[in-house]
Amino acid sequence: MAAVPKSEAAKWKLVSCDPEKCSGCSVCEYICSLEKEKVFSAQKSRIRTMRLHPLINLSIACRLCSPAPCVTACPRDALKQSEQTGVIMIDDEKCDGCSWCIEACDYGAITLHPEKKVVRICDTCEGDPECVKWCPEEALDFVTRDIMSQKARIAVSKKLFKEAMEAQGMKP
Amino acid sequence: MLGYAGRILHVDLSGGRTWTELLNEEYAKKYIGGIGLGMRLYLDHSKPDVDPFSPENPLVLATGPLSGSMVPTGGNGHAFVSKSPQSFGVGEAKAHGHFGTELKRAGYDAIVFYGKAEKPVYLWVDDDAVQLMDGKYLWGKSPQETEDAIKKELKDFYIRVASIGVAGEKLVRIACVINDKSRACGRTGLGAVMGSKNLKAIAVRGSKDIAVADKDRLLELVKIQHERMKGPAARKYRVLGTSENVLVLNALGAMPTNNFTSAVFPDANRISGEYLNERFVAKIIGCSSCAMRCEHVAVVPEGPYKGTTTRIEYEPLWAMGPNCGVGNLDAILKGMDLSNHYGVDAISIGLVVSFAMDLYKNGLLNKETAGMDLDFGNQEAMIEMIKRVSTREGFGDVLAEGVKLAADKIGKDAYKYAVHIKGVEMTGYDIRGMKTAALGYAVSFRGADHNRHGAYGPDVSGKVNRFKAEKGRGKLVKETEDLYALIDSIIVCKFSRGTYVKGYEDLAGLYNAVTGLEMKPEDLQKAGERINILGRLINIREGLTRKDDTLPWKVMHVPIPDEGPSKGSFVSQEELDLLLDDYYEVRGWNKEGIPTMEKLRDLGMEDLAYIVKDKLEPHKKQKKKED
Repeated sequence: MAAVPKSEAAKWKLVSCDPEKCSGCSVCEYICSLEKEKVFSAQKSRIRTMRLHPLINLSIACRLCSPAPCVTACPRDALKQSEQTGVIMIDDEKCDGCSWCIEACDYGAITLHPEKKVVRICDTCEGDPECVKWCPEEALDFVTRDIMSQKARIAVSKKLFKEAMEAQGMKP
Repeated sequence: MLGYAGRILHVDLSGGRTWTELLNEEYAKKYIGGIGLGMRLYLDHSKPDVDPFSPENPLVLATGPLSGSMVPTGGNGHAFVSKSPQSFGVGEAKAHGHFGTELKRAGYDAIVFYGKAEKPVYLWVDDDAVQLMDGKYLWGKSPQETEDAIKKELKDFYIRVASIGVAGEKLVRIACVINDKSRACGRTGLGAVMGSKNLKAIAVRGSKDIAVADKDRLLELVKIQHERMKGPAARKYRVLGTSENVLVLNALGAMPTNNFTSAVFPDANRISGEYLNERFVAKIIGCSSCAMRCEHVAVVPEGPYKGTTTRIEYEPLWAMGPNCGVGNLDAILKGMDLSNHYGVDAISIGLVVSFAMDLYKNGLLNKETAGMDLDFGNQEAMIEMIKRVSTREGFGDVLAEGVKLAADKIGKDAYKYAVHIKGVEMTGYDIRGMKTAALGYAVSFRGADHNRHGAYGPDVSGKVNRFKAEKGRGKLVKETEDLYALIDSIIVCKFSRGTYVKGYEDLAGLYNAVTGLEMKPEDLQKAGERINILGRLINIREGLTRKDDTLPWKVMHVPIPDEGPSKGSFVSQEELDLLLDDYYEVRGWNKEGIPTMEKLRDLGMEDLAYIVKDKLEPHKKQKKKED
C-alpha cells in the first residue's frame, strides 16, 4: 500500500508525551477509557502509561506512521488510514481480533478490546484529545511532527545555553 | 453501590481454601473502606488476646470506595489492618501507588487472610482466579526483586505486587509491606504479621471495569480538584515535598535531634528540602490518578553511595538524619534505600538505631555488645545497624524487637531512651513544645503517629499557644482525628487534604458521584468518629487502657535544652491528665477513656457494646461475682 502524499501527512497531529514531564500518573488512561467506554479501565484505554523505572515514565498512543505497518499487516483490510488526519480507522465488522496489527506496531499503541475482541487505536477524539486536556503535568501535547521537532529544538537549546540565558536574565 | 466491588475475598492460608462473600451496604456506609472497613473485618474475624504472630491473628487488606476511579489520589489506595506486634493493639497502615487500583479492578473491596501457610507462598489474584503460588524461590528477596521475579514468572509487566522483604520474613517487629517498589504500608509492623503467615507477596491483575454512578458530576468535581491541586493547597508537596519540614521545624525548635536529646539540628541546611531538590532530586513522580505528584526520587551523585536511587520524605530523612545525628544526605538516602530493600518502616528503623546510640552514649550499651562504635553522627554505623536490625544479626536481633520490647530485654534505665507510644516508635515532631500534638500522639489508636490526627497543625501555624496545655485542645484533636480516619477509609492521600476546601462536603461529593450512595457531609463526619471509636474498641478488647494513652519518658521528663522558642518545654503528667480528661469528655467517653453506651447508640454501634459493657459497669460485674 502506498504512503499518502507528504503534504497531507505533515498536517497530521498526534498525541505526543514529553518523558521529562510525564509523572506516570496514568490520568490519561482514566480519562480515555471513561470518554470512549464510559468506565475506568486501563485495558480499554487507547493510551497506555509505562513506568520502567522511577525515572522512566512515558505514555504512548498511536504515532500515525506513514505508511502504517498495522494497516499493511491486516489480512482482512479492517484497518484504513485517514488521509486527512492520519488516524487509523477500524472496521469492527471486518476485524476478527487476529492481532497481526498488534504485532506489527513498534509502539504497543494497539490493544485488543477485552470483551468485543476487536482492536482499538487512538482516534484523537476527533482532533481534540481528552488525555491532552486532562494531563495534570501538561506532558501530553497534540502536535504535528514539525511542531514536535520544533519543541525538541527549543528544549535542547535551553539545555545547552542554560548558563548564557541566566546571565542574560532570561529564564531557561 | 458502585465504586465498591461488592465482594470480600477470604483466604485460608493453612488449608489453602479461598471463598468470597458479598460486602453489605451497611458496612460500606458505616465503615466506608480502607482502615475503617479493614478494622471492622478484623474485629469480626479475630479472637481477643491472640499473639500477633499466631496463625489465629488475621490480616486484612482493604481498598477504598474510590480506588480504581479517577478521583485524584483516591484511585490508588489500599490499607492493611491486623493486631500490631508492636502495640499489641490495632495495627493499620495505608499506602498509595498502583496496587490498590489493580485490586479493585480485580473485583475486591478487601481480602482477609487467615492461618499460616506451611511453606512460603504468594497469593496470585487474577480477577476471579485466585491461587496460592510457591513462594520458596522468593524467600530472601527484597520487595523490589520479588516484584520483578513475579512479573517475570507470570509474564505480565502490569501486574501489581505488594510484598515483604527479609525483615518481614524474620519477624522484625518494625517490618512493613511494600508495593510498587517504593510505597509502603509502613507503620505498626504489619510486614512481620505477613511474614508470620509465610505470605511473601500478593500479586494482582485486574481487568474489570470500574463504573461510577454519575460520570458527568464526577468529572466536574475531578476538574475542580485538579485545579486546586495545581494551586497553593498542594504547593508544598509539588515543590519541596515533605522535606520542606526540615527548616520549618528546626526554626521552631521542634525537630528532634539525637533521639530526642535536643530539638534543634545544627546541620539542618545540609539536609533541607531545598538542598535536596537542588542537588539530589532527579524526578518527581506520581501515583495512579494523582494530579499533584509528590514522590521525590533522589539520586546520590557521588561518593561511596553514588547511584543510590530512592524515594525520600521528611519522616525517614529525619529519623535516619538528625535523629541519629547524621547530617549527610548521601548516607541518609542510602539508609532510606536499605529500609526499602529490607522492608522495614523507614521511620521506626531510624528510632531503633538512635535508641541504641543513646544507650551507647549513656553507658548502657558497650562497643562489644553493639558490635561497633555507635556514636551519634556515625553514619557508617547507622547504615550497618539498619542491615543488622533488618536481618536480626548480632545486637540487631535485640533491636529488631522495636525500642519498647528491646528496652524491656536490656533492662535497667533503657526504657528512658525508648522513644515510643504504645510500643510504636515516635515520628519527627518534638512534641514537648507542641501540646496539642502531644495529646493527638497520646490518644492515637495505632501508637505514636502524626498521621492519625495532624494535631501538629494548630501548633505549627500558631493558631494556639503550643506551649500551653489547656481545655479546648480535646476538641481540636477530635476534629482532625475524625477527618483523618475518614481520609484513611475513603482513601484519599493525606497530602491532598488541603484541596478539600469545603471539607466533608467535597469528600461527600466525590464519594456520592462514585458510589451513588447519598451520604451527607455529616454522615461522613460521623463515619470518621465511628472509625476512631472502632480503633479504640479493638484496643480496649486487647486490654489497652487510659494508662496506655501516654507519652515517651523523655517527652515527660527531659525539658528541651536548646536556646530558642521551645527551651524548657516538656509535658508533665498533670498537663497530660488535663488534656486527656478534656479529650475523653469531648469524645463522650468516660474518665477511663471507654466509649459510653449512649455514644455507641448514637453512632449505631450497639452491636459492639459487648466489648465495653463490663468495663463501663465494673461494680455490677463484681457484685455478680460476689453473688
